[in-house]
Amino acid sequence: MEILSHALGALSPMNLGLALLGVAAGIIIGALPGLSATMAVAVLVPVTFGMTPESALIMLGAIYTGAIYGGSYSAILVNTPGTPSAIATTFDGFPMAKRGDGDLAVTLSTLASVVGGLVGVLALLTLAPLLAQVALSFGPVEYFWLAIFGLTLISALSEGSTLKGFMGAGFGLLLSTVGVAVVGGDIRYTFGSQVMLGGIETVSALIGLYCIPVLIDLVATPESHLKVNEEPRGIRLREGLKHAWVGKLNLLRSATIGTGVAILPGAGGSIASLVSYSEARRAAKDSSSFGKGNPQGVLATESANNATVGGGFIPTLVLGIPGTPPDAVILGALLVQGFRTGPELFTTNASITYTFIAGLFIATCLLLPLGLLIGRYAFKFIITIPKALLVPTIAFMTVIGTYAIRNSVSDVIIMLTLGVVGWLLNRYGFKPSPIVLGLILGPIAEQGFVQGFLMGRASGSYAMMFFGGPISLTIIALSILSVFYPIIKARRAQRRHQNGADDPQQEISS
Amino acid sequence: MRISLSIGLAAGLGLSLVSALTMAQTDDFPSKDIQYVIPFGPGGESDISARLQQKYFEEITGEQLIVQYMPGGGGAVGWSQLSGMPADGYTIMGSNLPHIILKPMGKDVGFQLEDLSNFHYFHYSPDAILVRNDSPHQTLDDLIEAAKAAPGAVTLSGSGTYSANDVANTRFQQLADVTTTYIPFKGTGAAVTALLGGQVQAEWGYTTVAANHHDKVRMLAVASEERHPMFPDVPTFRELGYDMVGGAYRGMAVPEGTPDDIQQKLSDIFQQINQHPEFQQEMQDLGFVLLDIPLDEMDAFMAEQMDVYEATARELGLID
Repeated sequence: MEILSHALGALSPMNLGLALLGVAAGIIIGALPGLSATMAVAVLVPVTFGMTPESALIMLGAIYTGAIYGGSYSAILVNTPGTPSAIATTFDGFPMAKRGDGDLAVTLSTLASVVGGLVGVLALLTLAPLLAQVALSFGPVEYFWLAIFGLTLISALSEGSTLKGFMGAGFGLLLSTVGVAVVGGDIRYTFGSQVMLGGIETVSALIGLYCIPVLIDLVATPESHLKVNEEPRGIRLREGLKHAWVGKLNLLRSATIGTGVAILPGAGGSIASLVSYSEARRAAKDSSSFGKGNPQGVLATESANNATVGGGFIPTLVLGIPGTPPDAVILGALLVQGFRTGPELFTTNASITYTFIAGLFIATCLLLPLGLLIGRYAFKFIITIPKALLVPTIAFMTVIGTYAIRNSVSDVIIMLTLGVVGWLLNRYGFKPSPIVLGLILGPIAEQGFVQGFLMGRASGSYAMMFFGGPISLTIIALSILSVFYPIIKARRAQRRHQNGADDPQQEISS
Repeated sequence: MRISLSIGLAAGLGLSLVSALTMAQTDDFPSKDIQYVIPFGPGGESDISARLQQKYFEEITGEQLIVQYMPGGGGAVGWSQLSGMPADGYTIMGSNLPHIILKPMGKDVGFQLEDLSNFHYFHYSPDAILVRNDSPHQTLDDLIEAAKAAPGAVTLSGSGTYSANDVANTRFQQLADVTTTYIPFKGTGAAVTALLGGQVQAEWGYTTVAANHHDKVRMLAVASEERHPMFPDVPTFRELGYDMVGGAYRGMAVPEGTPDDIQQKLSDIFQQINQHPEFQQEMQDLGFVLLDIPLDEMDAFMAEQMDVYEATARELGLID
C-alpha cells in the first residue's frame, strides 16, 4: 500500500510533465548516433540539482529509458546502432527497413521496449535485494568465462562464414588492447601517437564500422536508401501487435535475459541483447530467416536492452555498484543529492526509492505513445528526404556524435579510419558485429583473466581458480554448446533430410 | 587592395578589442561560464566532487561551472590535451595526484607535469584498507600476521595499476615488511565488488568507499593525519606505527601560460567554495577530507608530493 502512495506521488502533473519531457528528449538523443544514454543523463544532471530529489530522479530515469529505446531508430533505419545496446537490432531491423518494412520494425521495437522495460522495472521492484546477491557471486574468473561465452556467440550470430566471424572477433580483440592497459598500466600499440592513447572508444568504433560503410554504399549506388511502399500504411500497429503476440515467449525470455545480464555490473546492454538474439534464433523454427529481416529478431533485442534499464538499477541501488555507465551517472547525482544506497533504501529512503521506481514505470509506459509518434516522424524523415541531403546529414551527425563522446578529435580520426577499413572488410565478407563484439568483450576477458591469474597464484591453484566454481563450469558448458550447436543442428537436419522428411533450409556454416 | 586593407583594419580593430577585453577580464573575471573538464568518466569521485563545487561556484560568481568529461588512458587523454586549450582561465581541468606525477614517469603519455598549472587543490580521499564486516581480520595487525604467515596469500583489490591504491599497497608492504597480492580492477566500483563478493580478502579503497558501503564493510586503518569524523573508531596508520598519509588528491589546473592574476582569481574562488560550511558538510558526509592548497602554496605542495611519489615509483620499478 505504501508503494502505491509513492506511485501516486510520482503521478503529480509536474512529475508527469517531466517524465514526458525526459522520455521525448531521451528518444531523440538516443536516436542520434554517438549521443548515448550516458551522455544524455550526464548533460541533464546539473539541471536536476534545482529540483526536488523525486522530480530529479523521475526525469533522469525517463531520459535514460527514452535514450536506450531511441537507439533502435538509427539501428533500424540507417544500420547504425545509436547505442551499443542496439547492435543486435541492426541484424534484422535494417534488412526489414531495406525491404520497406521500416515502419513495422519501429513499431515492433516500441512494443518490445515497453514489455522489456516493464519486466526490468518489475524485477527491480520485487526482487532487487535477492538479485543483487547474484551480482556478487560473479568474480573476475566468471567475467572472463562470460566474455568467452559472448565471443562464442559469434558462431551462432555470424551470417555466412563462422571462420570469418572468429577472424573478425580476433581483430576486435586486438583493437581493444590499444591504449593504456587497466591492468598493468602499459601503453600498447599506440605507435607513439597521441591519437591512440585513449584506446578505441566503443561507440566511435560502432559509428565507424556500421555507419560509414552505409554512407559509402549510398554514394556509390544509384538505389534509394530504403524501399518505399506507395500507399501510406500508418504505423502498422495492428500488424506489430500480431507479431508481438506470436512472439510473446520470445519477448518474455529476452526480457528475462536482459534483466539477468544487467544485474552483472560491467556486462551491459550489448551482451544482453546479443544473448537474447541468439536464444531467439536458436528457439525459432525458421532460424535461417534471422538476419534477413525476421521481426522476432527485433523483438528479442529491443525487449532485452530495455530490460537492462530496470535490471541495471538493482546492483546500483542495493549495493551502490552501478550496473551500467548511465547508472554510474545517476548514482553520482543521487550521492550529490544526499541519498545513500544500501538497506536504508527500502526503509528510511523508501519514499525516494519507490517514487523513482514508479517514475521508471511511468516512463516505460510513456514509451508507447511517444515512441510510436516520434518513430513515425523519424521513419517519414528518412524515406522522404532526398539522398543528396540524407548522406551529408548522416555524415555530419557521425562526426559531431563521435566528437561529442569525449570531446576528442582523435576519436573522429579513428572512427573514419575504421569506417573505411570496415567497408573494405565488408566486401570480403567480414561483418562489423564480430569486430565490435571483440572490442567490447576484449577488456572484460583480459582483465578477468589477469585478475583470476593473480588470484590463482595467491591461492596456490590456477586450475581450481578457473575451473573450480559452479558458475564458471556452467558458463564453460554453455560456451562449448554454443560453438558446436551449428554443427549438431546441421547434422540433425541432414539426418532428417535422409529420412525423407521435409526439405530443410540448409544453414550449415560454410 | 581595398579588401585586404579592410581585412587589416578589421583585424587591427579586433586585436585592440581583444586586448581591451583581456585588460577588463581580470577585474570582472569570470564574466561568462567556465568549462570544467574532468579527465575521467561521469559518476566517479572526481565527477561527484566537481558537482558539489558547481552549486557554490554559481552562488559566488553568478556564472556557471559547466562540467564536461574527457575520459581515457586513466586521465592521460585529457591532460595531454590541456596545453592545446585556451589559456584564458575559462577552461579549467580536474587535476589528480598521484596520477599527474606517476603517469608521465619514464614514458611518454603526451603530457608532462609542467604542462599543468595547478591553481588549487581542494580535497583528498584518504587511502584505507577495507574488509567485509564478516572478515576474520579484526585489526590491521591480524591482516599483517596473516600476510607474514603466508607471503602473497593475502589478496587486496584496488583501482588500477600505478594508481593511488597501487602506490599505497607498495608503501604498506615496505613499512610493514610483508608481501601481499595486489589485484588491479577497472575503477573503485569493480574493486569493491570483488571485496563484497568475497573474491579478495581486503581492498585498498578510500574513506569514501567505506562511507558508501558502511553497512557491509569496515576499515582497518586510514591513511589520514587525523581520524575521520565519520569514523571515529578507525585508527590511522600513523597511530599504529606506519608512517602513511596519502590517497587520491584532487584539484584543478589551467593550461600553462594562463595569466597569473587569472589563476589567482580562480584560486580565490575555489578557496571560497572550500570555506562554505554547507560544502564542507556535504564533502565530509561523502567521506572526503578537505584540503586547502591555494596557488601560492602549490609549488611547495607539489615538490613535497614529488619526493614521496618518486620514492614509491622507484619501488614500483617505474624509474631507475
